[in-house]
Amino acid sequence: MRNRPAGRLKVSEDIQVKKLLTISVALAGVAFSTAAMAADIKPAVLYDLGGKFDKSFNEAAYTGAEKFTADTGVAYRDFEIQNDSQREQALRNFAKRGQSPIVAIGFSQANAVEKVAKEFPDTQFAIVDMVVDLPNVRSIVFKEHEGSYIVGMLAAMASETGKVGFIGGMDIPLIRKFACGYKQGALAVNADAEVFENMTGTTGAAWNDPVKGGELAKSQFDRGADVVYHAAGGTGIGVLQAAADAGKLGIGVDSNQNALHPGSVLSSMLKRVDVAVYSAFEDAKNDAWTSGFSVLGLAEGGVDWALDENNEKLITPEMKAAVDKARAGIVSGTITVHDYMADQNCPF
Amino acid sequence: MSAGQLPRWVDFGLIPALNLIAAFFVSGLVVLLIGENPLEAVEILLWGSLGYGEGIGFTLFNATSFIFTGLAVAVAFHAGLFNIGGEGQAYVGGLGVAFACLALDRYVPWWVTLPFAVAGGALFGAAWALIPAWLQATRGSHIVITTIMFNFIGAALMGYLLVDVIAKPGSMQPETRTFEDGGRLPLLDNLIPGDFFGTSQVNLSLVIALICCFLVWALIWRTRLGYEIRTFGANPTAAVYAGISPVRITIVTMLISGAMAGLMAINEIMGAQHRLLIEFVAGYGFVGIAVALMGRAHPVGIVLAAILFGMLYQGGAELSFEKPAITRDMIIVIQGLVILFAGALEYMFRPALVQLFSFAGAPAGQAD
Repeated sequence: MRNRPAGRLKVSEDIQVKKLLTISVALAGVAFSTAAMAADIKPAVLYDLGGKFDKSFNEAAYTGAEKFTADTGVAYRDFEIQNDSQREQALRNFAKRGQSPIVAIGFSQANAVEKVAKEFPDTQFAIVDMVVDLPNVRSIVFKEHEGSYIVGMLAAMASETGKVGFIGGMDIPLIRKFACGYKQGALAVNADAEVFENMTGTTGAAWNDPVKGGELAKSQFDRGADVVYHAAGGTGIGVLQAAADAGKLGIGVDSNQNALHPGSVLSSMLKRVDVAVYSAFEDAKNDAWTSGFSVLGLAEGGVDWALDENNEKLITPEMKAAVDKARAGIVSGTITVHDYMADQNCPF
Repeated sequence: MSAGQLPRWVDFGLIPALNLIAAFFVSGLVVLLIGENPLEAVEILLWGSLGYGEGIGFTLFNATSFIFTGLAVAVAFHAGLFNIGGEGQAYVGGLGVAFACLALDRYVPWWVTLPFAVAGGALFGAAWALIPAWLQATRGSHIVITTIMFNFIGAALMGYLLVDVIAKPGSMQPETRTFEDGGRLPLLDNLIPGDFFGTSQVNLSLVIALICCFLVWALIWRTRLGYEIRTFGANPTAAVYAGISPVRITIVTMLISGAMAGLMAINEIMGAQHRLLIEFVAGYGFVGIAVALMGRAHPVGIVLAAILFGMLYQGGAELSFEKPAITRDMIIVIQGLVILFAGALEYMFRPALVQLFSFAGAPAGQAD
């Protein structure tokens, strides 16, 4: 709906832009024409298998793109893949139609981005969660372990039983990175804390299985946990629901999920994929595009924890003070959060 | 299957066509319901899948995978076995293909690797079908249950292997390293002159798939084993009376079936992705069931049905690309309707047609 009229309009828009260009070059010179050129970007987003509305990772990208359209009026295109062989196809389809920048969401897109970015050296690509080393690709990775450390601390401080839980989606190194940071954070507050860890599954279906997520959460509650953090995409909806039903606390991930069950979601570990997408679009629009790779941690505002009216009653001043202190420590480098991906090992 | 009541062209041509039309009609209603023009949607679907070389290439690429998984289900059908484990067998078959490619790709050209990869895929796929087959044959555990459960065991096994054992070090993507040229099948685009297929991934596996079709046809209708398989499928009790061992037929048929599913990995792993990656089967194994049902478990029918589903996949992707209102979930609905009408509702039009043709063809009294 959103893009269809835009597609029709595009032709006349292009003509108008061309007209403007000729007039402006004839009359005013270069400055006006670059402004017109710069405004004329055709951004695109390619979501990962989880889909646009996973309430989490991909949806964050969607939120960022929507915000850009709301702010600037520039329409964007997007696509949800069905299987792996469509990644390349979709990227190429975007590139062929002159879309740029093209933001690919998820580490699984790396091979496809690498291939297609080589074929279209003049198109700007960005990839989230993975590094592709090409002159026209911007790679954005996040320090999820830092954000997870913070919510780990919150969990341990909020817990009355000294037992907290973690529920991951698919069992892959990236999710173990979340788990490891969380564990370190919890142990930093309470060295005797017990951290239960469960992964939902070994296949992509694990990102979208709220029923199983809920069951895993219940089993952790039965073992004594009273705060559960999820890094499981759509599966996490079930985790947070189970926590709310049982009167325990859940912790959201990627997007701000505090509002899903106000008062039952302790906080959310924000992974600002929306900011990454927004700034990629914005930089392209302002002719300020840069390639290369950026690592976004707490210091850069790439990861954070969510505090809003839905959870302010759950966060005591002491908790906030402790977290702020740890946050400053991580930013300044006095606290090092272990990155599971660095050595494929969690020492805790 | 009530063959014999209807002329062959009705059985193999008219009924699938009617089912398809019904499916597309209902799909059209759904498209209409979300406020898009169904005719335009059909146009994009057809253009996207058959309108230009690259689209045809992608259609054939998808069809290649469907031929393999369709044959897998069809072979088992003939023995009265319902193998719905194609998904897992293809997944584990990928491991065999990947082992061959990873071991050889740096030393020999692709045509030396190919036989080993084919053997690897077939062997691993067959091995994954062996246990359900053995349980069915000797313990009577129902093959539908065991094969579908083996899909999950296969996914867990492959997940473990890809995450913890054979993953490329330092990568968070659970996948092996990318194969060198020695582990890559040539694309058809590179084999034929011109640039007809563009950047599509259709590759030499299509030829292998067609060879497999012929081999399956020869096996089922021209060999003694095939006769035994069909006999066992038609009437197990009579087959035993005729001296055919049910254990042997069940196991042999399932091994062939699993091998066919395993070969699907040749197309996906050696032909297109050039690396073993998690979840690469992505439902092709399950759609193979619909392909086999629609193709009436005959290789020619399977090729046609595979092309149809290849079109739905490729044209469907193109459709959701062009029309953001038609999401990928809508495409799945359309595919689901085709499967529903072609598979589950296979007998919907049949009684009416049987009546019609017995009226027209034979004197009264035959229609009952």
